[in-house]
Amino acid sequence: MYGLIARRFALGLVTVWLVSVIIFLGVEALPGDACTAILERDAHGEALAACRKAMGLDTPALARYAEWAAGVVQGDFGMSAGGQESIAQMVGYRVRNSLLLAAGALAVGIPLAITLGVVAGLTRDRWPDLLFSTGVILAMTIPEFVAATVLILVFAIWLGWVPAIVLTPADAPPLEFFPEFILASTVLTMLMIAHVMRMIRASVIEAMASDYVQMATLKGVPYWRIVFRHALPNALLPAINVIALTVAWLLGGVVVVEVVFNYPGLGRLLVDAISDRDLPVVQAITMIVAATYVGVNLVADILSLALNPRLRSHRARQR
Amino acid sequence: MSAQPPLIDISGLSVGFRGRSGAMLPVLHEVDLAVCRGESVGIVGESGSGKSTLALAAMGYLRHGLARLGGAARFDGQDMFALAPPALARIRGGKLGLIPQNSGQALTPTQRIGTQIAEALRLHCDHDPATHRTRARDLLAQVRLPDPDTILRRYPHELSGGQQQRVAIAMALAGEPEALLLDEPTTGLDVTTQAHILALLRGLARERDMAMVYVSHDLGVIAQVCDRVHVLYAGETVLAGPARSVLTAPSHPYAAALLAAIPRLGARTLPRALDGRPPTPDIPRTGCAFAPRCALATDDCRAAPPPMAETRDGQRARCLYPEKVASPAPSESTAPGAATDGPPLLSTRALSVRYDSPGLLARLRGTPRPPATVEGIDLTLRHGETLGLVGESGSGKSTILRAIAGLLPPASGRIALEDGTDLATSAERRRPETLRRIQMIFQNPDESLNPRQSVGDILAQPLRLYFGLHGQPCHDRAAELLETVRLGAHYLDRLPGQLSGGEKQRVAVARAFAAGPEAVLCDEITSALDVSVQAAVLELLGDLKARHGTGFIFVSHDLTVVRALSDRVAVLYQGRICEAGPTEAVFAPPHHPYTDVLLGAVLAPDPDHAPRLLAEDAVELAPPARGCPFQRRCPVKRGAICETDTPPARQTADGHVIHCHIPLDELHALEGKQAAS
Repeated sequence: MYGLIARRFALGLVTVWLVSVIIFLGVEALPGDACTAILERDAHGEALAACRKAMGLDTPALARYAEWAAGVVQGDFGMSAGGQESIAQMVGYRVRNSLLLAAGALAVGIPLAITLGVVAGLTRDRWPDLLFSTGVILAMTIPEFVAATVLILVFAIWLGWVPAIVLTPADAPPLEFFPEFILASTVLTMLMIAHVMRMIRASVIEAMASDYVQMATLKGVPYWRIVFRHALPNALLPAINVIALTVAWLLGGVVVVEVVFNYPGLGRLLVDAISDRDLPVVQAITMIVAATYVGVNLVADILSLALNPRLRSHRARQR
Repeated sequence: MSAQPPLIDISGLSVGFRGRSGAMLPVLHEVDLAVCRGESVGIVGESGSGKSTLALAAMGYLRHGLARLGGAARFDGQDMFALAPPALARIRGGKLGLIPQNSGQALTPTQRIGTQIAEALRLHCDHDPATHRTRARDLLAQVRLPDPDTILRRYPHELSGGQQQRVAIAMALAGEPEALLLDEPTTGLDVTTQAHILALLRGLARERDMAMVYVSHDLGVIAQVCDRVHVLYAGETVLAGPARSVLTAPSHPYAAALLAAIPRLGARTLPRALDGRPPTPDIPRTGCAFAPRCALATDDCRAAPPPMAETRDGQRARCLYPEKVASPAPSESTAPGAATDGPPLLSTRALSVRYDSPGLLARLRGTPRPPATVEGIDLTLRHGETLGLVGESGSGKSTILRAIAGLLPPASGRIALEDGTDLATSAERRRPETLRRIQMIFQNPDESLNPRQSVGDILAQPLRLYFGLHGQPCHDRAAELLETVRLGAHYLDRLPGQLSGGEKQRVAVARAFAAGPEAVLCDEITSALDVSVQAAVLELLGDLKARHGTGFIFVSHDLTVVRALSDRVAVLYQGRICEAGPTEAVFAPPHHPYTDVLLGAVLAPDPDHAPRLLAEDAVELAPPARGCPFQRRCPVKRGAICETDTPPARQTADGHVIHCHIPLDELHALEGKQAAS
């Protein structure tokens, strides 16, 4: 089992490395670079050459990649093209804010999705199932900008509980953007709940129809004990990977929601960086998102292995 | 039977489900069943006859979608369908235990065995919880599981099928039951394991004076353990009576036909097929449900359902002409001839197959590789001959087939057609012509037929691929193929989901024959089918062989089927050949010790036939590195030589080869002594 985890981890590192190469090559292939972006119309002749020299853009691509990669490994993403500020610092607060937002949405969303999924699965085709199943699909199909706008309309404009427009700096203490945080995480919860809930509903239905649940019934096990001890431990296993994807999606910065609420997270920074052609920042954010995906999926794999005895010894025997 | 009131008492029970039309369709129709303490009753029928539904109804349990339409199921005087859930839960798993069909799936996969047994103990016994562990260990010892402490810590998937079944029995015994319901308790187990489990159950029943209800499609199992038998057909009891008289002189034509469809070890003939299939619940009953398949049926049979009436020897049957029902006699239909001397068609030489591939680290370190899964296989298939490969699960028989079919690359050795075409290549690399000459039929037609393709499309594929047929000629040829498997052209537009198991397997056979193959590889193709259907498929294969001169390699775990069908046989254990030769010779003594163990464990639908349990039914995960593959289980092991030296091939007088260190005459004498004891 530990060998398997080690292998997965190594594979994850390789994935992140490949992503870094692809990002670097992609940025290289784009016409123009940080200097053309900074100098805009003056980007020609000596000025351009001087700028490139100053930023180290005149060295060969391989050398620049090595330098950049070495920095990234130490947590130093270099300087942003525009403001000459440290990307690590710039991104740091954004990561914190996005993490907070994701944590808020997950803390409410995952338990809610699991509860609704289990109840729907147990009451298959009866009214609680129909109500929840339709409800989450409706919530998911409403585009996030519509949901966000409606929430702002209701809570900011009609009720006046939160300010409609907030311009909180990214490095402000979290409490200052609490209103946006609440609204944004509500929208995210609505978006993510459907996948997880439906997955859990399906696997609860499958588990409740399984031979082992029938056997437990005929062994005289009371209903709720069957649900909690026999059915759910099996039914929740396949949900781990779906939850992991949701978590990764949230951590990666949810662009539209952050932009609509003007929330100072990673997603909004990415949008800003792209429109400013601040390529070093784009590179940095993409790397962070890729590493997050790899990391979260690795955690999900390890969890699955740890919780599913079948997977555990099956793999062990194969080795 | 006796003066005491029955413990399990089902009377006039009808169970059904709501069909698409909205009407209630019956699955069980006014069924009666009474079982007293110390008595064991068998319930027999084809799949879909309602036998499992009946057994579960005895616990007051109906599967999702089923509803009770009438009648009652009582246990110990209590109406199981009227009890409140807590009272019901006290009886279930307590005084009334269930042993399920597939214990592998009936044990909760995420709980350790110890936890699951302890749960049963906590629910049904007022012992001090501190003693549960000791009790659980005792229970596992009672069902003769070695090393109970290790088993308690295991998860279900870490046990073999036989061990899982024993755990399920131990779990049922935890509630100190007075009655046990056994739903196909040994289906899917190897013959030796099955014989051991049945012996265990019989012993337990005697010790504890329990009432037992055995549900099985296998009359051989019923003959072993039951005092009385109920035969179910389309949800109705058609025959009930003492096991001995029902099995030897049944007074209902359905029971007689079922018995005739069972291949027997003693007779070298194909069993007689029972044509047709049971009516589905949506067809309204006007007369006897069996009439459409019955040779004795008259207009009276079709006019009104015959009543249950006394017939003979204590039997009660639902038949108007019980006196006309003949005792089952083996048919004289197409018995395979003696081993043919046709020209060779396909052969393997020193074939070995491995599933493991050493990792980089193991290769660098030079760690010795485990022995190959299949090794040293020399087989020759002749034109117009059936070669049977027989052995328990893990014997490598399917692996050999897959290697020949090109689905698994051989590690070493040669597979070739007699004209020199090399077959030691994967199927993707073979030329279409080579592919055409070798066709495979799989165990489960549900998985081998694409559910979205019509039968016509399924058959058109090989015709298009190998013969370039299109349009009308292709359609005509497909229809013709269906005729040869006795299905008829109207099946062309059907989807596999609309066919019964036997019909699906016939389509799979027709698909194989669409290619006009020289060799057909059959991988356990009848083991998922009812005996009546199995008999029909076996008959069909015999027919095709006679007509086309095709060579068959027939893999099966069932010795009786292999015996009925094969011209020559190879017995495999742990991927090595133990014994091979003409069928008659292999089934006549002397035997390889493993063949002897297998033959001893075969059940017959005959109450006077008792299996001989010669070897433990231990499961081996890997073959031994050296010596005889059977060394660890052999009841007549010689000693160190069996562990170190590969046994020599000894040729017998009747022309077959036994791989054993024991000289043939000694083997013969040893086996004679064991058979006598």
